[in-house]
Amino acid sequence: MAASGGEGEVVEVSVRIAIVGSGPAGLSAAGRAAQLGISHVLLEKTDHLSDTIYKYQKGKHVMATPSSLVLRSDLDFEAGKREAILDIWDEQTASLKIDVHYDADVVKIEGEKGAFVLSLKGGDTIRAEAVILAIGTQGNPNLLRCAGAELPHVQYQLDDPTEYVDEHVTVVGTGDAGIENALGLAADPAQGNVVTILNRGTEFARAKPANVKLLQEAEAAGRITIRYETTPAEVRPGEFVLDTRDGQETIRCDRIIARTGSAPPRTFVESCGIAFTSPEREAFPVLSPVFETTRPGIHVIGALAGYPLIKHCMNQGYDVVEFLNGNTTLKPADEPILAEKFAPLSGNRSVAEWLDLFGSRIEIFRDISALQLRELMLDSDVQAFTKGQAVFERNEPGSSLFAIAQGSVLVEVSKDDPSITVPIREGSIFGEVGLISGRRRGATIRAAEDLIVVELSRAAALKLIATAPAAAKAVNRISVERQLLQIFGSGLTREDVAELVEGAEVEEARAGKIVLKEGDEGNDIYIIRRGSMIVERDIAGKSVFLSYLPAGSYVGEMAVIDGAPRNATVRAAIRSEVIRLPGEAFVRLLEKKPALLRKARSEVERRKEINSFIEGRKENFSSVVDMYSQTAQFLVDNGIGEATDVLLIDETLCVGCDNCEKACADSHDGLSRLDREAGTTYAHLHVPTSCRHCEHPHCMADCPPNAIQRGVDGEVFIDETCIGCGNCQRNCPYGVIRMDAVPPKKSSLLSWLFLGKGPGPGEPSKTWRKKNAEGTEQPKKAIKCDMCSGIDGGPSCVRACPTGAAIRVSPEAYLSVALLAEED
Amino acid sequence: MASVSETGRGANREYQSSHEGFLRHRGFRWMKIAAALCVIAIAAYFLTDPKPRPSGSTWVGYTLGTIGALLIVWLSLLGIRKRAITEGRWSLKAWTSAHVYLGLSLIVVATLHTGFQFGWNVHTLAYALMMLVILSGLFGIWAYSSLPSALSNNREQMTQGQMIDAIRALDRQLNDAAQPLARAQSDLVIAALEEDPFAVGLMRRLSGNYPQCATQAAILGLAGEHDAACERVEKLLVRRKAQLERLRRQMRLKAMLEVWLYVHVPATMALLAALTAHIISVFYYW
Repeated sequence: MAASGGEGEVVEVSVRIAIVGSGPAGLSAAGRAAQLGISHVLLEKTDHLSDTIYKYQKGKHVMATPSSLVLRSDLDFEAGKREAILDIWDEQTASLKIDVHYDADVVKIEGEKGAFVLSLKGGDTIRAEAVILAIGTQGNPNLLRCAGAELPHVQYQLDDPTEYVDEHVTVVGTGDAGIENALGLAADPAQGNVVTILNRGTEFARAKPANVKLLQEAEAAGRITIRYETTPAEVRPGEFVLDTRDGQETIRCDRIIARTGSAPPRTFVESCGIAFTSPEREAFPVLSPVFETTRPGIHVIGALAGYPLIKHCMNQGYDVVEFLNGNTTLKPADEPILAEKFAPLSGNRSVAEWLDLFGSRIEIFRDISALQLRELMLDSDVQAFTKGQAVFERNEPGSSLFAIAQGSVLVEVSKDDPSITVPIREGSIFGEVGLISGRRRGATIRAAEDLIVVELSRAAALKLIATAPAAAKAVNRISVERQLLQIFGSGLTREDVAELVEGAEVEEARAGKIVLKEGDEGNDIYIIRRGSMIVERDIAGKSVFLSYLPAGSYVGEMAVIDGAPRNATVRAAIRSEVIRLPGEAFVRLLEKKPALLRKARSEVERRKEINSFIEGRKENFSSVVDMYSQTAQFLVDNGIGEATDVLLIDETLCVGCDNCEKACADSHDGLSRLDREAGTTYAHLHVPTSCRHCEHPHCMADCPPNAIQRGVDGEVFIDETCIGCGNCQRNCPYGVIRMDAVPPKKSSLLSWLFLGKGPGPGEPSKTWRKKNAEGTEQPKKAIKCDMCSGIDGGPSCVRACPTGAAIRVSPEAYLSVALLAEED
Repeated sequence: MASVSETGRGANREYQSSHEGFLRHRGFRWMKIAAALCVIAIAAYFLTDPKPRPSGSTWVGYTLGTIGALLIVWLSLLGIRKRAITEGRWSLKAWTSAHVYLGLSLIVVATLHTGFQFGWNVHTLAYALMMLVILSGLFGIWAYSSLPSALSNNREQMTQGQMIDAIRALDRQLNDAAQPLARAQSDLVIAALEEDPFAVGLMRRLSGNYPQCATQAAILGLAGEHDAACERVEKLLVRRKAQLERLRRQMRLKAMLEVWLYVHVPATMALLAALTAHIISVFYYW
């Protein structure tokens, strides 16, 4: 069989199965092959087994989820410390007599089923009848390409930043990995490291904004030096020569950490002739139920196949070798879990039959492989409902997606009258709004007949959308269709809008992009799917702000109805997404539906009135409308364009009593969530530092415990699971989130009023808080406006304003030139 | 629908925040109510002809007195309402609006209640205190309706904290720039730096007039000098003066917005005491 290659001599090995990668999947496959006595070789590119786990930080506890899944492997694995797990595997690899080749980096796979040739770096080749790729998703780090890059003080990873003291360290690359390493090395000034980070350009395009902010703060504090437009020229012992904008420069450097990204294994996998499900980054290789790829004879298992959990990987290693060994009756190890999941369903079907039913009936599952469906089902729930039972109720929290496998449901569209319903048929989905906005359920959904639904967690659904283009298309189509039905009102059916849905295209519009231009021809209609738009007209050389359109509105129908050119310019206020609908199809729809035509006409009439109002003002134009346009633009510049509900202060009324702040503090644990005085002002309209409840909240982007949610009334709030990491505070462009600990409880208002006890209304002073702190220190958590959710009467800041200066507005109601007409 | 994006946002919660000041609240609702109250009170006073003469002890007098007393108690509760941030559909703006107009109606109600009988007694004391409260309130209405725009214009998006920081920053620069100056001149600068903008009396603060301003004195003192260091210091002092003036205007306006409360609130307390004495004595001598 095989032996490691000696110095200089080219070794050729010939085996039945070549396994590439010695992670849990590859190791388990090799173990099975060894146990079955199949000639095999396990190729590992490093000098140790299971590199990904090897690189975990010291003493990391490795989890063994899902606990219900049975482990089927010749190697043992249970939750425990990284070291213990690696030791057991090393031991068992030896006792099972697994044939491991270390430092064996496969660069090419040629040949075909029965006669593959694997070329290794260094010239060795391996002949194998079948290949199992278990290389994971880690990829290879990009190497430093300059003289001296092979010197020992150049490294491509940083396990433990606290290991290094009093060193001059240079980090190459300003992606997240590089920034995090640099911050780690400079975190503790006591370590005495001098940290420099090299940025090839002047921007940080590849890093998370929160990381960039931390890095820039570290630079401002003098803890890190950032060198822009700088690339490595030469590595020397103790020195680093840099190419800068102004020529070469040599700096002292004891250690170089190169984090210039890694080449994902996909390139290599594709070069082996293996197809992926889609061009998306998250896509996985197309696999048969026995893990065979589109290139016969090559199999893919483990994380690369889309299974990141260790137990899954090990089971697949076992299974794939069994399949290769001709075992066709082997049931996957997850069979009992699925059987248990499907047990409550009536119909007496086997797991395979159920999967078959789901796969064929449910639209979004139609194009995914049996393997993917199995995996998806493990993350999902299957539920049966009897006729009339509610699947979920209006205002329930929840962001999962439901797919109807059998039966149909009725949606109670009206809040007040449950008898008004809209059906959703078998095979379709519901609850998809949760995927987009994370809002609570907008309606109650009941089973119209006996019902079986598959409930996909938000994460599972997003993964499905990312990996299966057909599913993404189906979800998109359904959401466009529902949006159309909702916007154009009742009386329309799916069939009526089918043509529109067919021709619909989703387009991105970055902030400021003009979607419609005044005077242009064209009759397409646009629905604003996310983001918002502003409508302007050019009057006497000045652009006049007409109105603000939030997500869910549509524009462009006037041109369809009266055939005239566009009569206003529409541009995106923030990054938005529009659905473009073909005008011709809309014309045909209007012809068929006179009620819709009437509705559209009356809408057009209303807009014409506003236009004529503006036209009428043209002569003595100047101040009023001009002022209005500028004020509107000021508000849009201040983020009102992405707000859903914002606090404004009319400074012609505000007496500066700060009762709004006091009310805010007294409504929320004694901490105010707004700063009245700070913020910008234009024409006496003041935008205080307070949450705007953005359409797509920046704060939600990077919350580790997922503690930021959107509530029933559109409020964005932070729940009690906040861990106080401060990401949201850094991500908020408006600076409205503060980190603070809940102050001690105050005595009641009356005992303050009559007995002078406690600090009185409003936020207690720091000194009072310190003096009255009881026992343990409270942790600092993120706090922000929640629009006084759960408090009867609405936002306290507005209720507590004595003069009416504080108002809360939704931008679409506030930003309309029509208000000027009303004031006349 | 669960699957449909919402257009009417925040639709589940009905709260209104109409853009109207407290004086115009709901189309002058409380002004109308207060006016109606006055008209009814006047009508009752002139349409009845009590013997021996109109006074607090006729049935009209008792009615007006009861209304007045209840109004006074209710009006004084604004102080609690303002600070008790309880749940519920109350709006402090509506309370303020009612407070203003019903408070003004007291002029009519209480005056008619007296039947124009005044003397040196606790009854007239209560009346006088009430008028004092109302007059200070009138000043408050004037201040609340005319000063906020001035306050907003003056601060130009700066917070009071930022104004103080701006002055402190200039102070640091002045401290450095003044090092080369001669004794006499540096004394002027030191005096300017040591002047506490907050340590002034109420009248000074309200008038906004600072004839003894040390910064101004330093500017004048350095005006004649022509060497570079002096000119630099002078420029800084002029900027300091501008910042200081902004801060003083801010303090003046804020003081005007608050000062009347120092009459209004204690006078209310005194009024409540006098009112109690008035009511008890009336019933004691029933």
